[in-house]
Amino acid sequence: MKVLMKGNDAISEAAIQAGCKAFFGYPITPQNEIPEYFSRRMEESGGVFIQAESEVGAINMVYGAAAAGVRTMTTSSSPGIALKQEGISFAAGADLPCVIVNVARCGPGLGGILPAQSDYFQATRGGGHGDYYTPTFAPSTVQECWDMVFHAFDIADKYRTPTMILIEGMLGQMMEPLEMTKRPPIKVDKSWCVDGNAGKRPRNTITSLSLYAEVLEEMNFARFRKYEEIKKHETMVENNVKDGDKVAIVAYGTPSRIVINAIEELKNDGIQAGLIRPITVWPFPYDVFQSLPASVEHILVAELSMGQMVEDVRLGVNGKYPVHFYGRTGGVIFEPKEISQKVREILKPARELPPARVEMGRGEV
Amino acid sequence: MTRMIFSGYGGQGILVLGEIVATIAMKKGKHVTWMPSYGPEMRGGTCNCAVIISDKIIGSPIVLSEVDILVAMNQPSVTKFLPLMSKGGLVMANSSLTEKIDDSNVDVIELDATNIAGKVGSLRVANMVMLAGFLKKTELFELNDIIEVLEERFGGSRSKDLIPLNVKAIEAGLK
Repeated sequence: MKVLMKGNDAISEAAIQAGCKAFFGYPITPQNEIPEYFSRRMEESGGVFIQAESEVGAINMVYGAAAAGVRTMTTSSSPGIALKQEGISFAAGADLPCVIVNVARCGPGLGGILPAQSDYFQATRGGGHGDYYTPTFAPSTVQECWDMVFHAFDIADKYRTPTMILIEGMLGQMMEPLEMTKRPPIKVDKSWCVDGNAGKRPRNTITSLSLYAEVLEEMNFARFRKYEEIKKHETMVENNVKDGDKVAIVAYGTPSRIVINAIEELKNDGIQAGLIRPITVWPFPYDVFQSLPASVEHILVAELSMGQMVEDVRLGVNGKYPVHFYGRTGGVIFEPKEISQKVREILKPARELPPARVEMGRGEV
Repeated sequence: MTRMIFSGYGGQGILVLGEIVATIAMKKGKHVTWMPSYGPEMRGGTCNCAVIISDKIIGSPIVLSEVDILVAMNQPSVTKFLPLMSKGGLVMANSSLTEKIDDSNVDVIELDATNIAGKVGSLRVANMVMLAGFLKKTELFELNDIIEVLEERFGGSRSKDLIPLNVKAIEAGLK
């Protein structure tokens, strides 16, 4: 039976059903429904909910809970996620499985509370200090939010790494029908955890500190061998580009749904375009751009930012196609007609194109 | 596909009104999205949500044009959203708080919702009076569908005792 649920609530209930036993958070719009939900549900589900003294406090509590071997989660929104970066780096350095959810809002600074995708760099480049990445999932529906929480916990446990779910405020706030499908957690050995050895096994230590260069280097090499495995097995993308499509539009999260409407609009005008939707933004599905149908002539990246994913798309395209960009920021959300208009401009013969321009207000560079 | 906007003052029950309509549609097997305007708002401030009901998978959950049904609980809502209506769309206005709508492009139904709600027993059920507009003018759902959702949504909570008042408000709107 389906229920009508907000993205934020779906993430919370999914976490509980995925076996999350410890949630630590701190209020910030537009993710407040999540700690609110946990505050209500966590006790009856036999877990721990703490509203920490700050975002920094919350992520370090997550470090502790993960070290103790339980499934644990924290959530926040952009400025709060920025505050957590030190703790996320420590968790990555100590190879601790945990899930961090960013219900992103516009920035920089305090910015505003409306939706944005301007935390892409932060989410996909590690975010904190040191050499590390966090597998990052970018769902686009409430159902996918639900499914991705189970997946994010599994990937975290399987590879001993912090994982991230990246959505924008829109998806956190909107309601959609949700099938609350359950999936059992993967079975992993957590004999590394620090849950009290009672003299029965050698002492475990969880730390990201390592003062011997060669030792730390080997730990980093090992972590990157793990990242190679993740890239190989866990990259996710929805590729709807069909033969005949002239433009492939790359978008993730809720904005990818706006692109779907734009593609329909264009189809009614006889213009064929298709959507490439990265579901993991790290690892990024670079390979998808090397096997597109021969009809594709252009790539358009549509984001609620000044063009952060463009860099990854260019790396994937590797010079094969011209890469264009359309974005809005500050909490402004593009409409389907803006995207379809951009596609029409791209497809105009070159001599009809106006001179290159930078139109900062529209985020079109 | 039916694209709707519910709009009014914060505290008028706008969001829950949209949620009830979306829930009924979901239970009838439709694809639905419910998208609130969220921002630094307060009781008495403006508030709206967009609901889309469709037989197909829904792309963008945002409604900024081609509105098929507008439920306007106050005058600012009419001013803001009337220009976004699709031709032949339906405007349900709370005429207790809105001026007469003169627009040949749209079908208008006026319900004296706030006053009717006051007579029924509480100004806070004005949103339920507006549901009568759906029953009169659309074939999206029937009274029993609303009652079923009200009972599911509020039956287990402290507001359980208020369900009869809500139903009375809808019935008063139908008269």
